[in-house]
Amino acid sequence: MGKVVVVTSGKGGVGKTTSTAALGAAVAKTGKKVALVDFDVGLRNLDLIMGAERRVVFDLVNVIQGTAKLSQALIRDKRVDTLFLLPASQTRDKDSLTEEGVGEVIDKLRSVFDYVFCDSPAGIERGAQLAMRFADEAVIVTNPEVSSVRDSDRIIGLLDARTMRAEQGEQIAKHVLVTRYDAGRAARGEMLSIDDVLEILSVPLLGIIPESQDVLRASNLGAPVTLSEPLNTAAKAYIDAARRLEGEDLPVVVPFERKGFLDRLLGRRAA
Amino acid sequence: MMNVFDLFKRRSSAPVARERLQVLLAYERRNRSQPDLVSILREEIMAVIAKHVQIDQDYLQVSMDRGETMSTLEIDIQIPNKSAVPMAIAG
Repeated sequence: MGKVVVVTSGKGGVGKTTSTAALGAAVAKTGKKVALVDFDVGLRNLDLIMGAERRVVFDLVNVIQGTAKLSQALIRDKRVDTLFLLPASQTRDKDSLTEEGVGEVIDKLRSVFDYVFCDSPAGIERGAQLAMRFADEAVIVTNPEVSSVRDSDRIIGLLDARTMRAEQGEQIAKHVLVTRYDAGRAARGEMLSIDDVLEILSVPLLGIIPESQDVLRASNLGAPVTLSEPLNTAAKAYIDAARRLEGEDLPVVVPFERKGFLDRLLGRRAA
Repeated sequence: MMNVFDLFKRRSSAPVARERLQVLLAYERRNRSQPDLVSILREEIMAVIAKHVQIDQDYLQVSMDRGETMSTLEIDIQIPNKSAVPMAIAG
């Protein structure tokens, strides 16, 4: 039985889709079978970030409504052959998803894949609640910024109340992934520190992804940063986060220390 | 003097952010954990008061004491004198 991981945040634009692609690809690269499911019905983007936008024929709504088989809708990644994408529908609206339908699709995916990553839409309404409904674990993507942290707190509340696991009295494992972290600004006291974010949310840290041009470049090229440039700082941070998600006990290094030291040593400009 | 103070203020915006979040989230979590009826009542009572006087959300305490045969609803509203005057005239 595979693990279902929802990637969620409440707030939009914090990096849910980018993180879903980067984490999923990093896990798949280790040989695990991984499915990425786009729940952002009407505003799908995971296909674009994965570089599969021209290969979409069927989508999640087709599978739920029975007009396509799951195997027809899954798109195999061209770079990693254990990585698959189930795109969202572009034309329907979010009401096309039913809880029973989503449950059935997740059950089937869970029986075939080691990991199922659900890329949640922004917000706290139906679409976001369906994306988290059947999850075993949650990655809460947060920027070190007041509105993002507040929305993450709302989402944590929902994860503890509205998921299947929560309703059955079980715990849903939660992890915070801090993205767009700017070490310089944090050092100058202009940005919430990692400690601030963790203390406020009281959820364990999965990783810190530094603000990076490489992530944008990877999106432009349609490749998860962990596949296109696995050696750069942001990609390494995602790869480490993926290893922690798989249960590895890997210490998190706050970018400031690593970057300051290494960059001075190598005479590099900050990524 | 002014410049030094400005510089200091700008540098320490993160602690302000942390403090504001802590206060806000403590409030929002308390609301979230309350039973639904109480939060609905709370919002509606707040809306009624807001028609006439401006008060802080902290000035309204609503709690429900559940007993076996009967429950008690306790509503505690504090209205600062200065905020009551202008709006009461307008209303």
